[in-house]
Amino acid sequence: MASTVTMTVNGKSVTGAVEARTLLVHFLRETLGLTGTHVGCDTSQCGACVVHVDGKSVKSCTILAVQCAGSEVTTIEGLATEDALHPMQEAFREHHGLQCGFCTPGMVMSAVDLAKTNPDPSEHEVREWLEGNLCRCTGYHNIVKSVVAGAKAMRG
Amino acid sequence: MNAQPETGIGASVRRREDFRFLTGRGNYTDDINRPGQLHAWIVRSPHAHATIEAIDKAPALAVPGVVAVFTGADMVKAGVGSLPCGWLINSRDGSPMIEPPHIPLSPERVRHVGDQVAVVIAETREQARDGAEQLVVTYGELPAIISMTEAIKPGAPLIWDQAPQNSCYDWEFGDRAGVEAAFKGAHHVARLELVNNRLVPNAMEPRAAIGDFDRGTGEYTLYTTSQNPHVIRLLMGAYVLNIPESKLRVVAPDVGGGFGSKIFHYAEEAIVTWAAGKLHKPVKWTADRSESFMSDAHGRDHVTVVELALDKDGKFLALHEKTLANMGAYLSTFSTCIPTILHSTLLAGVYTTPVIYAEVRAVFTNTVPVDAYRGAGRPETTFLLERIVDIAADEMGIDPVELRRRNFIPKDAFPYQTPVALQYDSGDYFTTLEMATKAADYAGFEARRAEAARRGKYRGIGVSSYIEACGIAPSQVVGALGGRAGLYESAEVRVHPTGSVTVFTGTHSHGQGHETTFAQLVSDLLQVPMESVEIVHGDTNKVAFGMGTYGSRSLAVGGMAIMKAVEKVVNKGKKIAAHLLEASEADIEYKDGKFQVAGTDKAKAFGEIALTAYVPHNYPMETLEPGLDESAFYDPKNFTFPSGTHICEVEVDPDTGVTEIVNFVAADDFGRIINPMIVDGQVHGGIAQGIGQALLEGCIYDQQSGQLLTGSYMDYCMPRADDLVSFKVETHNVPAVDNALGVKGCGEAGAIGSPPAVINAIVDALSSLGVRHVEMPATPHRLWQIINEKRAAKAA
Repeated sequence: MASTVTMTVNGKSVTGAVEARTLLVHFLRETLGLTGTHVGCDTSQCGACVVHVDGKSVKSCTILAVQCAGSEVTTIEGLATEDALHPMQEAFREHHGLQCGFCTPGMVMSAVDLAKTNPDPSEHEVREWLEGNLCRCTGYHNIVKSVVAGAKAMRG
Repeated sequence: MNAQPETGIGASVRRREDFRFLTGRGNYTDDINRPGQLHAWIVRSPHAHATIEAIDKAPALAVPGVVAVFTGADMVKAGVGSLPCGWLINSRDGSPMIEPPHIPLSPERVRHVGDQVAVVIAETREQARDGAEQLVVTYGELPAIISMTEAIKPGAPLIWDQAPQNSCYDWEFGDRAGVEAAFKGAHHVARLELVNNRLVPNAMEPRAAIGDFDRGTGEYTLYTTSQNPHVIRLLMGAYVLNIPESKLRVVAPDVGGGFGSKIFHYAEEAIVTWAAGKLHKPVKWTADRSESFMSDAHGRDHVTVVELALDKDGKFLALHEKTLANMGAYLSTFSTCIPTILHSTLLAGVYTTPVIYAEVRAVFTNTVPVDAYRGAGRPETTFLLERIVDIAADEMGIDPVELRRRNFIPKDAFPYQTPVALQYDSGDYFTTLEMATKAADYAGFEARRAEAARRGKYRGIGVSSYIEACGIAPSQVVGALGGRAGLYESAEVRVHPTGSVTVFTGTHSHGQGHETTFAQLVSDLLQVPMESVEIVHGDTNKVAFGMGTYGSRSLAVGGMAIMKAVEKVVNKGKKIAAHLLEASEADIEYKDGKFQVAGTDKAKAFGEIALTAYVPHNYPMETLEPGLDESAFYDPKNFTFPSGTHICEVEVDPDTGVTEIVNFVAADDFGRIINPMIVDGQVHGGIAQGIGQALLEGCIYDQQSGQLLTGSYMDYCMPRADDLVSFKVETHNVPAVDNALGVKGCGEAGAIGSPPAVINAIVDALSSLGVRHVEMPATPHRLWQIINEKRAAKAA
């Protein structure tokens, strides 16, 4: 049964029709056309779909759109300003923390949440935190470097 | 060269692809939606082997939103052809391989779990899926054959009636008599039976395809997650759907990783294109990850016996390999050449072994087709070689590094003709070995082993010296060996009137960063700023032709085609400049972005020549056409041969069986490097996949039912960040001789060199228990069992 849901996505209030079974990721991709958030699996393992809901990183394939009514959602499209990449995005670019780019939005969104809660993470802590984000290209080597550098840049 | 030091050849230029990927502006196939598009859901077989007795479409068609249901019978009736195999292998008796048909939707019988049975098309993806659940398919179950050793037994149930003992081909290669004689006179023979485990490639982007049909023009468009759109256009157009190239456009936009699995022409591509033509509407399909597991071509899956004969000094005298190679239920596009042409031709490795003999039998089983996966045949070769070398070293009491050194092809022996067809053009195996042993502190290892033992851990170190063959070539040889394609590459360098440049390449980038590397290359060759060079790939309507990206070929083959086209641009520019400067063409040299009369200050800038070519008011019209747009095809005269040594150090916890990688070193020779940052990244990713194969990944079928037990990320163990360490990566680059750029290829090396390094390290760690070999993946469960069995046997 279709219903209507309203939430704030990347600072803008949006309203859309959803089915009860519609996942947040499908609402973002299909209703709002925000295709930066990706679907890489069907078991909530890969983390390509990570977004922020009310400031916390969430796998958007694991939450229903209706659960996000009234929430503040930030996707990869909402991270950079008009003029500059977010420091975490910049760190990924500088340290070659991405190759095919498919896992990247989820990695970056997850990493930003880590840096907020742990502003100076060790390599080991980064590896543990990113356990829920799969990457098949980089071997994580440069992702870990990027996240450490990105967290440092976010500390300012 | 290198007029652009910040961006030229050898500079770690940051990637121009990254902005769009980092800001969510990538354009992957599933991000594309066409007006009026319908959605397809593929109904897949739940059985490993069964006849299709009946299909009742009515309940599916009754589901709201469902527009159409098509079956294999519909496709056969419409004259849809078979997905072709691109490489003919002949058996040792001269007979051609058995090549069964592969209709995109199976018409009568299903042969693996996940086999395509029907497609349900609806207005939304959910409706299509709901419709698929209502489709009534009546199956007649047949016995399934999963194990290759069972499949080849006389009397085993047949997957294809035309393939006795489920054999696709029985191939031999090399010098049988020479090998037999050498084994008779050998001082020592090392022998090992091993399994090269089946893997699921698992690019993070699931496959997707959108078929579109323009009724007004009769043109089809396929958007697909492909590594080689032109090859898909050729195979699907000519063999499956009978659409001429002029009416078929294939677009492979941003592709989220491939690793080989997106080379092949898949059934779903033909299904959506065909359905779009029938329904006059775009039809979109995107795989669920579960579908990827049971429909993407898998990799590896060999059962092998290898024997190495040595003299008393440890010199290799002869090598014999006998392998069963799993083809799965159908022949995927390049499946047949992987365990043969791409595998056994590399059996010399980096060694001077004088005689080699290989026997490879390809076997049908009720499993997903097996084809190229990162390294494709070469990891299998390297694994058996580097394992048997370690076993021989252990049995003869020679240090494994020393044994390798004694048998390396000497530095001054290049070009080196191996006994298995390939001729290596260049290499320096000693230096990369030295670099790796130094970086890994090989000499100081025993102290670390002793220290770990005091903590109750088994510590081991493993070495692997690999070689690989990249940029498969030349076309004539490929043809003589059964290849049904040419393996050249094309490029077009289009200089615009203002001097900006668009480069069209037939290769495809799906993570490799070609848009950056190729722009660096052209900027350097043409001596123009990198910002003025744009790279275009992935669309058959933009790029004239191409063979795509696989086998680490893009730079060595595609880059060379670009170089040839650039040379043509420069040569034409010289003619224009000679006319403008009233000089002889022979006196014009191109340097620092200027066409200059040698020995004078008379010159025309590149931009002036470009403008003149398009505004030809003062122009040698009688001898030269206007415009500055040149294309080239390049067919390599040889493969390229990257090589190197990987060293892995591990600690195994006897209480849990968990292996911790404590150090991983790679010292590689990739020839000339354009962008070191990107090359390092390729090596990191390859090593991670190799460690994945060695420690974590294994595709498992239930041997009776043929059900895929590792069908999701919940049960197929992908390497995660906390499974790995940071790698130490170094290069010692000996330029390739057989291409003018001197480049070799780096995409697969990590996945080729690393698995034996890891297993050699684990075997070394457990050597005090008498462990001689450990199969991959060396999971905690497997190692815990081995450790406990060995300890119990010792105690007894």
